[in-house]
Amino acid sequence: MPPNLHEIRVNVNGVAHASRVEPRLLLSDYLRHELGLTGTHVGCEHGVCGACTVLLDGQPVRSCLIFAVQADGREVGTVEGIAPGPDQMHPLQMAFWNKHALQCGFCTPGFLMTLLPYLESNPNPSPAEVRQAISGNLCRCTGYQHIVEAVLAAAEEMSSPTG
Amino acid sequence: MKPPPFDYIVPGTLEEALHAARQGGSEAKYLAGGQSLVPAMNFRIAQPAVLIDLNRIPGLDEVRREADGLHLGAMTRQRTLEHDPRVAEAAPLLAEAVPLIAHPQIRNRGTIGGSLAHADPAAELPVLAVALGARLRARSTDGERWIAASEFFQGMFTTALAPEELLVEIVIPPRAERTGTCFMEFSRRRGDYALMGLAAVIGLDPTGACLEARLVYLNAGDGPVAAPQAAAMLVGRRIDTAAAVAAAAHAAEKELAPSGNLHASPAFQRHLAHVLGRRAILTAAQRAA
Repeated sequence: MPPNLHEIRVNVNGVAHASRVEPRLLLSDYLRHELGLTGTHVGCEHGVCGACTVLLDGQPVRSCLIFAVQADGREVGTVEGIAPGPDQMHPLQMAFWNKHALQCGFCTPGFLMTLLPYLESNPNPSPAEVRQAISGNLCRCTGYQHIVEAVLAAAEEMSSPTG
Repeated sequence: MKPPPFDYIVPGTLEEALHAARQGGSEAKYLAGGQSLVPAMNFRIAQPAVLIDLNRIPGLDEVRREADGLHLGAMTRQRTLEHDPRVAEAAPLLAEAVPLIAHPQIRNRGTIGGSLAHADPAAELPVLAVALGARLRARSTDGERWIAASEFFQGMFTTALAPEELLVEIVIPPRAERTGTCFMEFSRRRGDYALMGLAAVIGLDPTGACLEARLVYLNAGDGPVAAPQAAAMLVGRRIDTAAAVAAAAHAAEKELAPSGNLHASPAFQRHLAHVLGRRAILTAAQRAA
């Protein structure tokens, strides 16, 4: 079979990457297998579980429902890019840690990448609004209760003047 | 869970896309938002040999208000329908219903044209297009034609589009005076496919009596299902109380053919249609007044 490769240039977490990819390569697999960014998790691979959520030009999307070739010229944000430094965690990550908002942690990157842009546009959500915001992400461990608490705590922390 | 290989074409103009579809024939598929097609490809239910990506054609996602209505480019994202103030003003029914479609991650990619062309009987946008009397513009290398939304949906996942035709624009006619709309659905969880839902469009005359009524249901058959007989029961009457709309809401059940699924029997779907219908008709009438 003749090679069917497309050149792409993608900016991931501020780092420019140039690759040659098959059109059928999903963005999730490109991030994990080509770039080694295994923080983006692959759960259902048909757009239901939300574990593979990344930012495409700042907006949360399912990376299992986009081909890598479609990200040519775009900016992608993954969970590896959200901490302010190598020994630090983002306030949302800290809140997940403090509130026990994860057990196995498989779904956590998807929750974080869904919630970061959400909290930017909704800095003071109600518990009901948080539940709605995370309705597209499945967690089979926590029952969501601690996740909601973590989001509310992070919202408070992030909107306080010292936060 | 990986799609089989395919040729990927990313046209920069509409003409290039139409030409590619003509050449590809039935082996080619247009890729819009990909929120239904890509899962089907991951499952290998869909195995197009050629994928024509519409995401880089400038202008195909344009939103314009004109004298003849609200013009929505087929690649308008559901996110835009949800947030654009022009949509909320010209077609509040869209702004009300679109936030109920799946989740933000899906609406950031999903498009109006893609959803209409996919024609899922459980989807919201086909129901909304029919309820609003939308006109759909289809293009091919042969030219263009207009299709009424009421004639566009021809069965489960089946539309009036020929294989090489592309839905390029949706036009929502201007709202008549004293017209109110309402969309309601019931789903087990926020963002799930609804077990039942409907759009109600109610027009009143200057005396407050019902002049025009349209009721269109989702998940009630093999496409958007209108209930014209029930709607006719509302016309000519004052419909400002729950008692006044109950008979029509109940009668609509007879025009629906819900097939039931794992989570709802047909009888439960009919019950939902009755309850949601009563509420939606009343709300639309109140908004019209």
